[in-house]
Amino acid sequence: MIGLSHYLIVSALIFSIGLMGVLRRRNLLMLFFATEVMLNAVNIAFAAISHYYNDLTGQMFAFFIIAIAASEVAVGLGLLIVLYKKYGSLDLDDLASMKG
Amino acid sequence: MYEAVAFYLFSVLTIGLFLITVMSKNVLYAMTSLAAGMILISGFFFILGADFLGVVQLIVYVGAIMALYSFAMMFFDATRDIKEKNTNPALVFLLGGLSALVLVLMFAAPIHSEAIQALYPMHEGVGNAQDVGIVLFTKYLVPFELAAVMLLVAMIAGIILAGKKMDQSLTEDMSADDEILIQKDEK
Repeated sequence: MIGLSHYLIVSALIFSIGLMGVLRRRNLLMLFFATEVMLNAVNIAFAAISHYYNDLTGQMFAFFIIAIAASEVAVGLGLLIVLYKKYGSLDLDDLASMKG
Repeated sequence: MYEAVAFYLFSVLTIGLFLITVMSKNVLYAMTSLAAGMILISGFFFILGADFLGVVQLIVYVGAIMALYSFAMMFFDATRDIKEKNTNPALVFLLGGLSALVLVLMFAAPIHSEAIQALYPMHEGVGNAQDVGIVLFTKYLVPFELAAVMLLVAMIAGIILAGKKMDQSLTEDMSADDEILIQKDEK
């Protein structure tokens, strides 16, 4: 039988995949993908806890996380387009202009 | 039984697809596997009885966010492989593995779960969408309206940021265009 800890372990694994992506990626678009992975992992954990404790609060938080992710993507992609227009690249190493 | 089969299938597929997202060098592959992984995550929500959340995941994530990403990819050069300079890949894998271990230990540890009481319990015989609607529009009305304002602000910000100098071509003086021209000349 599938219990709460199964879902939480899967969610933790997906979260660490996303964290690994955030640490590893140098391209800004790929960094955004990795953050999406992390947000989805948290949503799984919220939905699982909501189901196993018979409480709707977890689902509510998941909804607000989805709303925040949508607005984050809208603003972030706008910024990425501006950056690409300015520098012609999305690599973080190229964008490091304040290196001492 | 079916729940177990679906759970293991979805979890293996999701983890594999997200690994492709994180490891792939091609933006197109990464985005496609991310979209597929998000569809499978909505499968998790359907197993868990959060039907409305699953539908919202499909519409917002797969429908809206991935469409936004694919539109944005038209501005960037998506066909070229991304070259990333990884200074220390072993350290990254070590940190990722350690954080995975810590998270698994945290979640698998006996938590203080007896004291948790359902604040907004689900009702028997009422659909998930009705339950969610009642709680969302009574207890979470203010955060809901704030989220609406936030989405409006994000929409305006996205339009203003992306729409600046829209009349100029992005790739006019890029080297990618020159390559295409060179290829044409060779033909």
